Amino acid sequence: MAKKIVKSRFYFEEGFQEHLAEVSTDSPESWGDNDTLEIVGKPVSRIDGYDKVSGTAVYAFDKIFPNMTYARTLRCPHPHAKILSINTAEAEKVKGVLKILTHENTPKIPWYGMSYLFDPHLRFEGDEVAVVVAETEQIAEDALQLIEVEYEELPFVVDAGNAMEEDAPAIHESGNIQGGKPSTYSRGDIEQGLKEADVVLEDTFSTQVVIHNPTEFHCSTVNWDGDDLTVWDSTQAIFGVRDSIARSLKIPSNKVRVIKQYMGGGFGSKLELGKYTIMAALAARDIGRPVKIAVDRRTMNLAVGNRPDSVQTLKIGAKKDGTLTAIAHSSFGAAGAYPSGAGCSWPARSMYNCANVFTEDYTMFINAGPGRPFRAPGHPQGFFALDSLLDDVAEKLEMDPLAFRLKNYAEIDQVANQPYTSKLLKEAYDEGAKAIGWERRRKPAGSDQGAIKSGIGMASQIWWGGGGPPAGAMIRLNRDGSLRVIAGTQDIGTGTYTFIAQVAAEVLEVPVDQIEVILGDTAVAPYCGGSGGSTTAPSVSPAVRDAAEKMKAKLISGAAAVFETPENQLSYKDGVITDNTNTSRSLGIAEVVRKMRERVLIANGARGENPDGYSINSFGAQFADVSVDTETGQVTVNRIVASHDIGRILNRKTLENQFHGGMIQGLGYALMEERVIDKNTGKVMTTNLHNYKMPTVKDIPEMEIIIVSDGDPMISNTGVKGIGEPAIIPTAAAIANAVYNAIGVRIKSLPITPDKVLNALYG
Amino acid sequence: MGENGSSNGISRRKFLKGFGTGVVGSSMVLNSLGAATKEEKEQMREYLQNAEPLTLTVNRRKHRLMVEARTTLAEVLRNYLQLTGTKIVCNQGECGGCTVLLDGKAVYSCHLLALDAAGKSVTTIEGLLTGEDLHPLQDAFVEKDGLQCGFCTPGQIMAAKELLAKNPRPTRKEIQHGMAGNICRCAAYPKIIESVEYAAGMGNSQ
Repeated sequence: MAKKIVKSRFYFEEGFQEHLAEVSTDSPESWGDNDTLEIVGKPVSRIDGYDKVSGTAVYAFDKIFPNMTYARTLRCPHPHAKILSINTAEAEKVKGVLKILTHENTPKIPWYGMSYLFDPHLRFEGDEVAVVVAETEQIAEDALQLIEVEYEELPFVVDAGNAMEEDAPAIHESGNIQGGKPSTYSRGDIEQGLKEADVVLEDTFSTQVVIHNPTEFHCSTVNWDGDDLTVWDSTQAIFGVRDSIARSLKIPSNKVRVIKQYMGGGFGSKLELGKYTIMAALAARDIGRPVKIAVDRRTMNLAVGNRPDSVQTLKIGAKKDGTLTAIAHSSFGAAGAYPSGAGCSWPARSMYNCANVFTEDYTMFINAGPGRPFRAPGHPQGFFALDSLLDDVAEKLEMDPLAFRLKNYAEIDQVANQPYTSKLLKEAYDEGAKAIGWERRRKPAGSDQGAIKSGIGMASQIWWGGGGPPAGAMIRLNRDGSLRVIAGTQDIGTGTYTFIAQVAAEVLEVPVDQIEVILGDTAVAPYCGGSGGSTTAPSVSPAVRDAAEKMKAKLISGAAAVFETPENQLSYKDGVITDNTNTSRSLGIAEVVRKMRERVLIANGARGENPDGYSINSFGAQFADVSVDTETGQVTVNRIVASHDIGRILNRKTLENQFHGGMIQGLGYALMEERVIDKNTGKVMTTNLHNYKMPTVKDIPEMEIIIVSDGDPMISNTGVKGIGEPAIIPTAAAIANAVYNAIGVRIKSLPITPDKVLNALYG
Repeated sequence: MGENGSSNGISRRKFLKGFGTGVVGSSMVLNSLGAATKEEKEQMREYLQNAEPLTLTVNRRKHRLMVEARTTLAEVLRNYLQLTGTKIVCNQGECGGCTVLLDGKAVYSCHLLALDAAGKSVTTIEGLLTGEDLHPLQDAFVEKDGLQCGFCTPGQIMAAKELLAKNPRPTRKEIQHGMAGNICRCAAYPKIIESVEYAAGMGNSQ
């Protein structure tokens, strides 16, 4: 049961976090290869599969409380405006309307660190103006139409470049540059590095804003019972949301229970408390009835997060032998109207070996919905620029792009100046190149004859995703042998329920279906962090193993007491404990509990500490094979090979699925997805799933997934690195390089749409 | 919070007096058991202006309801009949999340007025179950992991149901064509295709 509290530092989505955390100090050594394991790593079917395919899974959007009411939100139609007056009198007369909230009758609850729950200064299209709660959704919608708002329209700016101009409208008094200055990084001497170079290339690349668009709306269903508030929330972070609710409503955290059994996707957009939750809670408290609140699809595309865009100017210097001497990266991107992170220079800082690096990232405020973390913040955009220009430098040096990357292989983490716990990127390059048939690359680029030209390209990947403490898990064993694992994490569709059951089943040597897993309930679970940063499996799986090992130790101790035999004379196999001194004596784990006074035996586990002086990162490379129709400009991705070092595979089936998902989202980013704002009106043009193009089942390429790693024993007792974000990071860059290899012309702007291809070819 | 904005929670108790007097969602269903009280029915009529009677069969069970003309089939299924397996994702017929069978034909229930389903037979994801047992097609989606978050899954399965009814042994291309109206943002597409292939291969997907 040994635990202590230590300083813990790990990367979560948009920055390093350092905090104290309770860790387990007596967890066993890491497992060996997956070959030595029975259940972990195997393609076990999701244990929550039944609920999801039967329609019985209850998402926050599905939760029904007796006597429930429905909320709808009135949103600002302008990119920038102030409310001069608001009149709800007519709306209140509608039969069935129960409550209308506006800035005039609602406390000034701080939001975004620089605004309020209802702020009469509206800084983007979709900003909240009023909420109506009514007996039905239709009544609420009717009433919304009757609210009279007089707006003073203000000058707006919806482009990060324009926001930098001196006479640009100010979104905030503090100016349009978030934090007042760029975020910078430097090592070595960039000027010296450029001088040493035999070849220097400079170019500018741009990437678009993309929208998470998870299928389930951002939503909450809230219910007060006396002073206790229960919130069913579509969230990736139950404890974070719980504490934010408590702070916003000024009530104790133990009066707030946040539940998330299932959620219809988040991809980073559901890591924080939504305004809608507080609005529903305020209204529900006032009318004494439960409230369901959900944004609609239009609002999903306006107001609840996006991947910021970027304009990146990159300068790379290299010697004739291919040694990189300098990387200078300068970017700006749009945070939206409130703080977010548009930085995208981590790939330039960390991926390749280079002594002289300088980066600066400007995050700009504009009059549009705020950005939020989106599956590997900054990385798909950063790699698109970095690996595009890197290929151009390789071509100039007449080097093979892969050989160029190997020449500049970073053996250590140059930013932290310390070794990695493991890095199998060479193996990943090698296997991936073999699988795609790297030798089939067109030499020179664009050399296919005929209208349809094909090509092959690749890009690298680095991410954190080692997780870390705190993460806790509890196991309860009943007298009938049934087991329950409880953890304060959440399954966001990634298979968390299932790997937790597998890890517990592996240790206790019982069938997976004997284990029930309870997640996503702040009232009952040991703390785990938000599901982001590819940290869930690497943080939580070791805690589950720790708890299971402790349960096993208790059971052995119990059997020792029954047999009156020392523990070291007992053996544990398939959930049965046998006395080695008299092998006719054995007890099943349920029998041990039945001999105890406890009707439920409980063991608690925690994740151990990360190793001191090492960086934990995942690595990989993706290789794309594309065809470009040079008459229509249409790009078709034929095949992608993903070859990665991600530590241990917990579940082959869910791993493949999550990789497919990341790669297909990466394909959407490369070729079709884009939020479009009309600069003249400041209004978003892509507010539905027809205009906002996402990949369908018809757009998918063949995909092959190669995992070159089998557990990293230095990280934790399970040796797992996260996979959610690595999967999407190199995809767009690999496709872009393949397009270059096919047509011999560089497309420097995502998405690579037919018009851009035709312009590049003939423009 | 209004006048009672002290937010210490104590003032909240008085609001609870009103609890339980409103119209519960399910009482909008005038089922044959006549569960709604007279008072509730009157309240409902008052709220639902221009409500019209609707009879339809959902998962082999007949329902009589009062709905406003603008109410969609998806809203009736979710809010009136509490069949929340049917999801609303785009709410304008672009993504297939709300797919159900109407007299055996796959339709977007968010895009269909409930009154247009009058007299017809609706099958939702819940209707594929036999008791608590999964339909082989549902089994296939578990076995082949044709889902991640699961939110679009009911729609995917209902689309596959119609596809296999029309074409019991579809090619991969035919599956892609048949399922193209259903968006999965997690992009579990390769395994959705595998699931449909697996169900077709089992030959008992009807």
